[in-house]
Order: sequence, then C-alpha cells, then structure tokens
Amino acid sequence: MPNSNLQLDDNGRLRHFLSIEGLDQAILTEILDTAKSFTSVADRPVKKVPILRGKTVANLFFEASTRTRSTFELAEQRLSADILSLNVDTSATAKGESLLDTLQNLEAMQIDMFVIRHQDSGSAHFFAQHVRPGVSVLNAGDGQHEHPTQAMLDMYTIRHYKKDFTGLRVAIVGDILHSRVARSQIHALNLLNTAEVRVIAPRTLMPVAVESLGVRVYDDLEQGLADVDVIIMLRLQRERMRGALLPSEKEYFRRFGLTQERLGRAHPDAIVMHPGPANRGVEIESSVMDGNQSVILQQVSFGISVRMAVMSMIVGQSGLQSGGDA
Amino acid sequence: MSLHIRNGRVVEASSSAERVVDIYLQNGKIVGLGSAPNGFRAEQTIDANNHLILPGLIDCQARLRDPGEPEKANIESETLAAIKNGITSLCIPPDTQPPIDNSATVELIHHRNEMFGHQARVYPIGALTRGLGGDQLSNMASLQANGCIAFSNAKHPLANNLVQRRAMDYAAGQQALVIIQPIDHDLLGDGCAHEGAIATRLGLPAIPEAAETAALARDIELVEQTGARTHFGQLSCARSVDILRRAKAKGLPVSADCAIHQLFLTDHDIGLFDSNMLTIPPLRSQYDRDALREAVADGSIDCLCSDHQPHEIDAKLKPFPSAQPGVSGLDTLLPLALRLVAEEVMPLGPLMAKLTSNPATIFGLPGGKIGVGEVADLIIVDPDSHWECDPAHFVSKGKNTPFRGWDFDGSVTHTLIDGKVIYEA
Repeated sequence: MPNSNLQLDDNGRLRHFLSIEGLDQAILTEILDTAKSFTSVADRPVKKVPILRGKTVANLFFEASTRTRSTFELAEQRLSADILSLNVDTSATAKGESLLDTLQNLEAMQIDMFVIRHQDSGSAHFFAQHVRPGVSVLNAGDGQHEHPTQAMLDMYTIRHYKKDFTGLRVAIVGDILHSRVARSQIHALNLLNTAEVRVIAPRTLMPVAVESLGVRVYDDLEQGLADVDVIIMLRLQRERMRGALLPSEKEYFRRFGLTQERLGRAHPDAIVMHPGPANRGVEIESSVMDGNQSVILQQVSFGISVRMAVMSMIVGQSGLQSGGDA
Repeated sequence: MSLHIRNGRVVEASSSAERVVDIYLQNGKIVGLGSAPNGFRAEQTIDANNHLILPGLIDCQARLRDPGEPEKANIESETLAAIKNGITSLCIPPDTQPPIDNSATVELIHHRNEMFGHQARVYPIGALTRGLGGDQLSNMASLQANGCIAFSNAKHPLANNLVQRRAMDYAAGQQALVIIQPIDHDLLGDGCAHEGAIATRLGLPAIPEAAETAALARDIELVEQTGARTHFGQLSCARSVDILRRAKAKGLPVSADCAIHQLFLTDHDIGLFDSNMLTIPPLRSQYDRDALREAVADGSIDCLCSDHQPHEIDAKLKPFPSAQPGVSGLDTLLPLALRLVAEEVMPLGPLMAKLTSNPATIFGLPGGKIGVGEVADLIIVDPDSHWECDPAHFVSKGKNTPFRGWDFDGSVTHTLIDGKVIYEA
C-alpha cells in the first residue's frame, strides 16, 4: 500500500526522493547544508569525491530534458558513480514494453539508483513502489506533480541570497496549473516557514483550490509583486496557446511578463529566479533576465551541488566527511 | 420442481418491515408466502432460520468483457461471480468488442451465456449508434427484437447534439429506453481525478463537475424535446442531483443510477496515486458523496449498480493517469449495500428496491420482488457473517477493487434463479 513515508526508511533517513510533500523541515535543511558542503568540490582541480564509487545510477528520461539531465549527470560523475543514461521514449516503451518491464530489465543490470523523469503524475511513486529493496528512486519530474530537486536548488538559491526564510515574501508567477516545479516550491517554501507564498497567474493557468496548498492567489501581477523578496518566474509552454488557455504570447507578456517597471513593485533587494529554460519577451523581459537582480545562472550551478547532496544522503552520507578525492 | 424455504426473514421493498415467512416455489414462480398452496409438496426444503430472503439483485450496469477482452474477464467468470454474490440479473453496456450494435453480437452473448454461463440472466444493452461511432443510428428495431433492453452509447461520444436528438426521437418512437452516461468529452479531456484540492496537490489532470452537469443539463433538455424515456447512469456529483431533481419535478420521464462505490469513496481515497481509485466519472468530494447518499435515500436516484469493470492486473500496474479506469464491483455490491443499512443511510427495504424492484421496473425485467406470482429469483443471505475484503478471494476475474481490507457483513448462502438453487455456499 502506498504511504506518505515511502521516501523514508525506518530511521527517518532518505530512501527515495520523490516529492517535497511528505518530508519535513529537518530533511530539507539537511539537504541544503549538505549541498553547501559540496559547493567546494567544483572549485577543486579534480572535481570528484568517491561517495558513489562502485554504484550505478540510471538516468531514465521519458521526457526530453537538457538542463536537469545534464546537471544530474554531472552530479553523478562528481560523486564517482557509474552512469547509464537512457531516453526511454525513443527506445523500449515505443516498442510496446510496459513501464514495469523496462524498470525490471534495468534492475537486472544491478542499478542502485534511478533518476526518473516521466510525463505521468505519480510515476515516481509508482517506480518507488515497484523497485527492489535497496534500490532508490529520484524524481526528476513526474507529470504535473513534483520536481523536488529543482525546488531544492531554488531553496538553496533563496537561502544563499536571503539567509533566512521566515521573513520572506515569495511570488511564483506563471503557469501554476501545469507546473510540477511550482508544486514542489510551494511545499518547500511552506516547510521552511516562509512568511508568505503567493501565486500569480491568469485563471486558466491556476489550479482550483490552490490556496489549500498554503498560498495567496493573485490574478494581477502588479498587486502580487508588491513588496516581495523573491520572484520566481515559470516557463510558459508554447502549447498553452492551443488549448484556448491563453490568447497569445504578446497578450501574456502584457499581463504577466516581468518588466523592469513591474520589478520596481517588489522589494528593492528582490531576487529574480527562473527554473529555465526562459522565454525572453514572453514571461520575462531580457533586461530583467540579464539584470543585477537576476540569479538565474547561479541557480543552475547550485543545481549540481543540490543533486549531489540528495544522492549522497540516499546512500547514507551527509556530505563531505573526510573530503577525500577519488 | 418445488421448493420450500422455511423461517427466512423477508423484507418488503416498500416498507422496512421484516417478517419471518415461509416461501413456496413451484415451476420457477413464487406460489405461496406464509402458507403453501393447496396440494403443494416440496421436493426440496431449505431452512433459512436467521437468514434474510431477498430478491436476486439486478445490476443495471456491469461489464462482462465478453466478447472481446478475455484477458479481463468473460461471461463464464463473471456470471459465476454474479450468482455467488447474489446478483441474478446483469445489464451489460454495448461497449464490448465488437460493440453490441448488431443482432449477431446479441445472439453471440446469449449463446455464450447458455453455453458457459452460470444461469444468471444477462441483458444486453444495444448501441445507440453504429459501432458506437456516434454518427449513424444503429438498427434499434432489430436489436430490440433480439432482446436488447435499452440503447446507450456507453462512454462513447455522440458526434453532436443533432445526432443525439435524432437518436432519442427514434428510440422514443419504438418505446425504447435510452441510457445515457452524461459526459462532455471536451470538458473531460485527459482528466483522471475530480477537480479539487486533491487533484491540484497531486498534479493530476482534473475533471470538473461540468464535464457531467453540462452534458446532463443538455440531455434533459433533449428529453423534454423528444419525450424519450431516459435513464442516466453513474451520476457522480451533487450538482447533477440538483439537475435531476428539477427534471423529475417537471414530470419528465427520467430515472438515474449511481455506482455504489461513489457512496463510499472520495478523491481523498486516491492517497498517493492508488490506481484502484481511478474511475470515470471520478471519485468526487465528500460533499458530492454526501449529496449522492441523500439522493439515493430520498429517491431522486432510483438504482444502484456495481459499474463492474474487471481488469487484468497489468491494466492497473501503471502510474495513475495511465492506468485503466474502473472497479471490479460484483463481489462488493451486496456487502456495500448492506453497509449502507448499517451506516443508517437507508433502511434495508427501500435500499434493496434500488437493486431489485426499481431496476426491474425501469428496464422492464422479471424478478426484483417477493410476492405470489413473481419469478422466483431469490437469494438467501446470512447477515451476520463477517469477512474482510481480499481481492484474492474475489470470484470475478477482475481483482481491481478499491475496498481491499474493508470489513463487511453479510454473505450469500443460496442463489435461486427460476426457482432453482443454482448456487449454495
């Protein structure tokens, strides 16, 4: 039977990493602290530690990805893992093999950890329920449900610039309805005691009852940005124009595009984030994206440390104890 | 063949009065209640002391997956599940493969039931349109002549309102019952969970109430336009009940059922993506569940059904949005009904009417009542037997139940069809 503690072992340690929901503040903080200990690895001449030496990690991407997949692969390489990367939608399942068969065939290759992105919400939980004991699943994005490592690197970025969550107002702007990133961020921000989480979107891209996740809902960008400390812009997928969700990119930018002028509504020290890849001129003006309040590129580099942290915690190590090189 | 059932407790459908009565059966009919007719000699006697005698259940919506989907179930497996669980009549929707849109398929189903079935009565519902394609009318007169009890397009969309209007007009002209499961397919989209806080939290594509209510409101307008006698199947939300009540208050010839699992489960039961909770229409909110219970109790909803949809294991061994919807319901129909009594939703008599006399009347079927001269489709139930729901023990080939681990009271000890004991525990 599925249970909310699928992610934790009997000692409350991370066993899978499927969703922010179901974790507690202590684990999130441990991930952030562990990630911090890994940031120095990138500055070494040899950018490797032996934490995953002898372990095999399979990256299973049923949906295309460039950024998430490459930062996962880099994180795995820096932890000295053996890596198998598969674009599954072009191989097995296209030939009619069931998802479970694909998983079990890979398990037969003695995989220790699966990093999985799949288009179905709940697929990460599904895999975690069906892998052998001792095999771990990391969710790299399941449908519209969660994308927990992305949210943790965002939390890392916020903590890096703002130190503490308790006084912060954070606004998430854009396609909340289809965004797994937004769901994970909302849970993480609330678990970390963020003072106020706002979501700002046209009503067609706002899920019903979203306030039940612990957010304040705005359908006006300028009101929603008033005095916020962190602005997280979400990517607008081009296909949203087709289902009559939006009239046009131009109209979207007119109502929800982040411009310098609108940024002025926020706190003067506000940071601007974007999980990428960003559409310049659709959800964000180029000058804001490249401006001095933007931390978008820093997010990407933090992503490697955060993913190293999660993987090392799953194999039972909280960061660099000895600091030994591979 | 004559049979004497002694000391059973009989509950009248019209009232909740219970009395201990001897029942005498001969030549497939009930010939005596309380006292034997003159010259009656029992060839067989059953002592039903402390047991309930109920009319055999009439399940107005059950898929047997036959013909066409033997990996899921077949007539043999599912009619056995029916009789062991007190269901003596099954109405089967036309979305078999091939669909029930021609006399040959109707005959095939009857033939298979005679050859391999377990004597449950099987009533095919004919396709409203050819191949369920939604644009050309089926040959309703010949289907009706071959025994189709009503016409429906199951969950398949009709091309447009004009086709629907004409199908209803045509059916009304031959006094046929039309069955509609109200679904607006555009609003349904790729949804798989009730639009609400749970779907939002789980990131599941959502199904708004309007996917049902918009279709239902339109359908009722067409009932008013055409006068077609129409039964609405598997309603799921409170607002549908409001629309239905207004139609009934106007005196329109409408009736409705809901799947019995909708009276127990809500979207909360999805938990962490439990694919056994995936149904279409979806499990809705607590508010909807309570409104459905009220509508069943006050008579707005006329019938309860299992909405039986047995699946092979693999159909549910998928992430929630990719799993196949539906519940294997034959094994839990009676225990859930008895649980509604235990939970004081309704007294036993009026509740049993939802599963016996009401569907018999609406669909024009024999059985469903205990009275002299009625067909002797009866079940004997031990109301005190206590058991835990374990799909491994399901008789149905489909083990896909959302009720694993539930505690149930009541089990069938005998099933009689046409006055003959066809199952004895």
